[in-house]
Amino acid sequence: MTDITQISERKQNSAFSHLTYVLRENPVTLLSFAMFGLFIFQAFFGAMLVPFDPLATNSANALQPPNATHWFGTDNLGRDVFSRVVVATRLDLTISVLAVAISFVIGSVLGAVAGYWGGWIDGVLNRLLDTIMAFPLFVLAMGIVAALGNTVENIIYATALINIPFYARLVRAEVNIRREAGFALAARLSGNSHIRTLAFHIFPNALPPMMVQISLNMGWAILNAAGLSFIGLGVRPPTPEWGIMVAEGANFIISGHWWVAVFPGLWLMLAVFTFNLMGDGLRDIVDPRRRT
Amino acid sequence: MSGPARAVGSRLLQTIPVIVGVVVISFILTRALPGDPAVYFAGAMADAESIEQVRRELGLDKPLMTQFVVYVGDLLRGDFGNAVSTGQPVLTDLATRLPASLELTICALVLSCLVAIPLGVLAAVRQGSWVDHLCRVIVTAGVSLPTFFTGILLVYVFYYLLGWAPAPLGRLDFIYLDPPRVTGFHLIDSVIARDAETFWATARQLILPTITLALFTLAPIARMTRAAMLQALSSDYIRTARAAGLSRRKVIFGYGLRNALLPVVTTLGMVFSFVLGAIVLVEKVFAWPGIGSYAVEALIASDYAAVQGFVLTMALLFVVLNLVIDLSYTLIDPRVGFGAK
Repeated sequence: MTDITQISERKQNSAFSHLTYVLRENPVTLLSFAMFGLFIFQAFFGAMLVPFDPLATNSANALQPPNATHWFGTDNLGRDVFSRVVVATRLDLTISVLAVAISFVIGSVLGAVAGYWGGWIDGVLNRLLDTIMAFPLFVLAMGIVAALGNTVENIIYATALINIPFYARLVRAEVNIRREAGFALAARLSGNSHIRTLAFHIFPNALPPMMVQISLNMGWAILNAAGLSFIGLGVRPPTPEWGIMVAEGANFIISGHWWVAVFPGLWLMLAVFTFNLMGDGLRDIVDPRRRT
Repeated sequence: MSGPARAVGSRLLQTIPVIVGVVVISFILTRALPGDPAVYFAGAMADAESIEQVRRELGLDKPLMTQFVVYVGDLLRGDFGNAVSTGQPVLTDLATRLPASLELTICALVLSCLVAIPLGVLAAVRQGSWVDHLCRVIVTAGVSLPTFFTGILLVYVFYYLLGWAPAPLGRLDFIYLDPPRVTGFHLIDSVIARDAETFWATARQLILPTITLALFTLAPIARMTRAAMLQALSSDYIRTARAAGLSRRKVIFGYGLRNALLPVVTTLGMVFSFVLGAIVLVEKVFAWPGIGSYAVEALIASDYAAVQGFVLTMALLFVVLNLVIDLSYTLIDPRVGFGAK
């Protein structure tokens, strides 16, 4: 009850105070934003700051356990696992950011058009999305990569395609309920075209829930891309990438060389964890009613 | 026709467009995409002439609609093409390997339901207690854990460090013989053969991959159970039942859980989608000879027919599972289907 009165008292101070309030109430969200910043930092500057060349092999120094020089140990070719893990951040984040961006754009356009005009467009879109969702999504991604060819770009396209239904459905619902809303009709009446009304008056309302979806999807996209490269699709071996590093390290886990697989796996897990926590946090900020 | 029968019938009819869609997409994946399918099917060693021959054999020189009709005809006859790597028809390969995947999937789902549903119920009943916090931690960690990574960690701890689990090398240690094949499920087959030793050996191999897959499915089920249970417990009929002096057990399980199970069963559909993807990764980690590792081998060998057969099989399996879920929904929910008159 106190939460509600507090929020209503602060209503005039608008969004910013609500943001600080949520962050103060939920330090985990703050932590997730900090970790997100750390990952972005790694992606931009990691390659310049790491102590070793992630591709440089040194067979005399193979499979060293973690020590002062090699913080995360070395792999079977003597490459520094710490450098590889940090450098891999950029590729992993690039794949998932691009995939999510593509599905965001395509999903938004399809969903907005279907939600605004309805009719047969809506029917066709729904059938199409149902068909995509009728596949187990990871399996569909495997099939797409197999058909298009085994490259990193195709991993991005496949991950984007399997995410489109989530965005399209969300936008469709958000646009549909506002199609006949007062402000939309007013915008039409003052001479805006349908497309302009849709793009600048109705669609922005769908953005807050979309942000939550993006954050939750990012984690999933990273997992998906790493899973595909774990089974040998997309990224080619010497390139540092978390999924493929775990796959390489898996061969050494049975002989007890845990660090080769565990550190990239841990980084992957932390990245996904960060995006999931951030998604939950954003949901608190965007939609306080759905807090659990 | 009576009401419930009509409900089941219309649900069955609804699957037809979905199956048509699945077949169309898998046809598009084989034919209409950039790259020449004839080159794929001819294999890596083919020259121009043999590619041309393959093209004619597969009917790829005919118009697309004709190709589609031929493709559907082949599927109806159960002809998924031949796998280059094994030389067997893809359907035979998949049929031999499917039981291994199903055995693992079913064990994992049973285990995760056995843990997740009580956990979710407890978390909802004792909201804010340590069980609730435990539930939240498990749920958040569970969705963030890459399946293949959990699997590798479990192998390291339970095989290398503790030595409790057998080596992660397939369904049965090489010192045992496969039980005589009746169902293809080793657990059932070894019971039929009255071979306790093989049964235990099979079970031991199953434990780690089952836990890996179960940890992955635990999170969505537990979260949904907790949310549904909270909603059910706050409703009027629960208050009435409590006011009427029914026992706590009767209120929670007889009224609360029974109503909360409906949304949980619905989430199972989504969970299946994830499981059928995750099984590919788990099978790779544990060298499990199921259809997932078959697809991975085929992908690496660019064995096109095998991959397509796998994708199609998984999609059809998923459609069937969703159908089963929806039909069981009518069994659980007294308002729909069989119970209603």
